Amino acid sequence: MSSFKIFDIAGSGMNAQNLRMNVVASNLANVDAVSSSIDETYKARQPVFKAVFDQANLRSPAVGVQMAGVVESQAPLVREYAPQHALADKDGYIYRPNVSVVEEMANMISASRAYQNNVEVVNATRQMLSATINIGR
Amino acid sequence: MKLDDVFGIHEQALRLRGQRSEVLASNLANADTPGYKARDFDFQAMLRKEMQPPVRLASTHSGHIKTDSAVVASTQMGYRIPQQPSLDGNTVEVEREQTEFSANAMRYQASLRFLDGRIKGLMLAIKGNG
Repeated sequence: MSSFKIFDIAGSGMNAQNLRMNVVASNLANVDAVSSSIDETYKARQPVFKAVFDQANLRSPAVGVQMAGVVESQAPLVREYAPQHALADKDGYIYRPNVSVVEEMANMISASRAYQNNVEVVNATRQMLSATINIGR
Repeated sequence: MKLDDVFGIHEQALRLRGQRSEVLASNLANADTPGYKARDFDFQAMLRKEMQPPVRLASTHSGHIKTDSAVVASTQMGYRIPQQPSLDGNTVEVEREQTEFSANAMRYQASLRFLDGRIKGLMLAIKGNG
């Protein structure tokens, strides 16, 4: 029965949004992770999603979602002059991650709303199916 | 009265409603996928097509591919025209998909109710009033 695919689709959506939440959490957790060189500094990450078509039947209207990968932000790191800092380089600079807290908060709300949408889909489908099971009773 | 005719239009309607909820669920799941185009199909046109006697190619060989009219082919699917296109090429508008999804679920339940009524009527006819 085709309706069971909806659980897979919504499940893939929930999974993808959950991964996005994880990425947001690591961005926010590392917001103050300073370091003494550009290469060692944490860079904000963003997940990229891609649609997953049913491989057994490419014409199927059911399309799930999955994470295609994680890209690191290309925004410039914040270079700060702090010669007293324990991690300061030889010129007295430390590097702060390019995480934008405001952006991450907005991202977090977006992810949690999208997650809730998928939960709603699961709930509605569950009700539809349980009504179908009880047909004629 | 043939037993096949008892359920009338509701059987096909229920199946199409189920498929449509699948399409709308896909749209909602891909709300943040770059480049994903929201899809849907014209329910009324599809139902009208389903209600007509199917025109099928005769399969005279076991290797012939069966044409299954019950599945909405990708050629019958349309793309939604977004009210506010986004920069990443995604055309899913969550609010719209959500309202469509719940309206579709509601109508699914309505079709179910009709089917239920028919089944109850049949049961009454079989069992009598005893």
